[in-house]
Amino acid sequence: MSLIHKLNKAFDHRIRLGIMSILVVNDFADFKELKELLEVTDGNLASHAKALEKGDYIKVEKSFIGRKPNTRYLATDLGKAEFSKHIEALEQIIKGR
Amino acid sequence: MTTDRYLEDIKEIKTLMNKSTRFISLSGMSGIMAGIYALVGSLIGYYIITNARIRGKGDTLDRLFSTPWEYNYSLQILLVAAGVLFLAVVTAYFLTRAKAKKHRQKVWTKQSIRLVKHFLTPLIIGGAFTVCLLNYSLVGLIAPCMLIFYGLACIQAAPYTLGTVKYLGWSCAILGLINSLWIGYGLYFWAAGFGLCHIIYGAVMYLKYDRN
Repeated sequence: MSLIHKLNKAFDHRIRLGIMSILVVNDFADFKELKELLEVTDGNLASHAKALEKGDYIKVEKSFIGRKPNTRYLATDLGKAEFSKHIEALEQIIKGR
Repeated sequence: MTTDRYLEDIKEIKTLMNKSTRFISLSGMSGIMAGIYALVGSLIGYYIITNARIRGKGDTLDRLFSTPWEYNYSLQILLVAAGVLFLAVVTAYFLTRAKAKKHRQKVWTKQSIRLVKHFLTPLIIGGAFTVCLLNYSLVGLIAPCMLIFYGLACIQAAPYTLGTVKYLGWSCAILGLINSLWIGYGLYFWAAGFGLCHIIYGAVMYLKYDRN
C-alpha cells in the first residue's frame, strides 16, 4: 500500500497524464498539437494544463508566429523527474500484483 | 481491480509517447520497392563490370570526369546507383503520402521533419566521406562505406518512425563492416544490403503496419 503513495496525485488524471507523456519526450508541443494528440476540447486542455503549470511541472511560453498567437508547453526539470518517478511507481504496482 | 487502471495508464503513456514522436505513416511497401530497384541496379552494375574492356586502373575523382564515357565504368555505375536512389526516394514519398492520406494525416508534420533530419545527418556526412575515398582511389571501400553510413542513418532515424527501421540499419551496418574485410565483393554486399535487406524488412513493415 505504500506503493500507491508514491504515485503523484497531479498526474492522476487521463489528460494530465497525457500532457506529461507528450512533453517529456518532446522539446515542446503547442496547444493545437496537444489538443489533436489527446483528442480533448480547448477548455478541458486549458484547465488541466493550468493545473500542471501551477505545480511547476510544465512551463508555458506565449509568442506570436506572424500575427497568430502561439502557446508552447514545455516540461520543467521538476516535471520530468516527478513524471519518471510516477511511471516507476506505476510499473512497481503492476509487477507486484 | 485497481491495478488494471494503472496498467491502462502505462499503456496510455506509451501510446502518447510514440504517437507524439514517431512518424508512423512510413510505407513498408516503399522498402520492398527500394529493394527491388537496388537488385535491378546491382544486376546492371554486374553487367557493366563483367563487360568492362579495360580494367585495373584505380579510379580517382579526376579520372571520373576525364575518362571517355564508354570506358568510364565507374561513372556508369555511379549513375545507375543515383537512378536507384532517385526512384527509391520518389516511390517512398508517394507511397508514404498515400498511407498518410489513409490515416488522415499530413506528410509534413513535426514528426516527419524530425525523422528526415535525423536520417539525413549521418547520410550527408557519410556521403561526403565516401566521395573523399574515391579521390584517394580507395574504390573497394566505397560500398562498405555506403552500407555503414546508411545503416547508421537508419539506426539514428529509427526512434522517430517504425521500430523495424532499426533492424534494417543494424543489418546494413554489419554487412558494411564484413564487406570492409573482403574488399572487392562490394557489389554483392551492396545487393544484399540495399536489395535483400530492404525487401525483407520492407515486407515485415508491410505485414505489421501497412495492411490494416
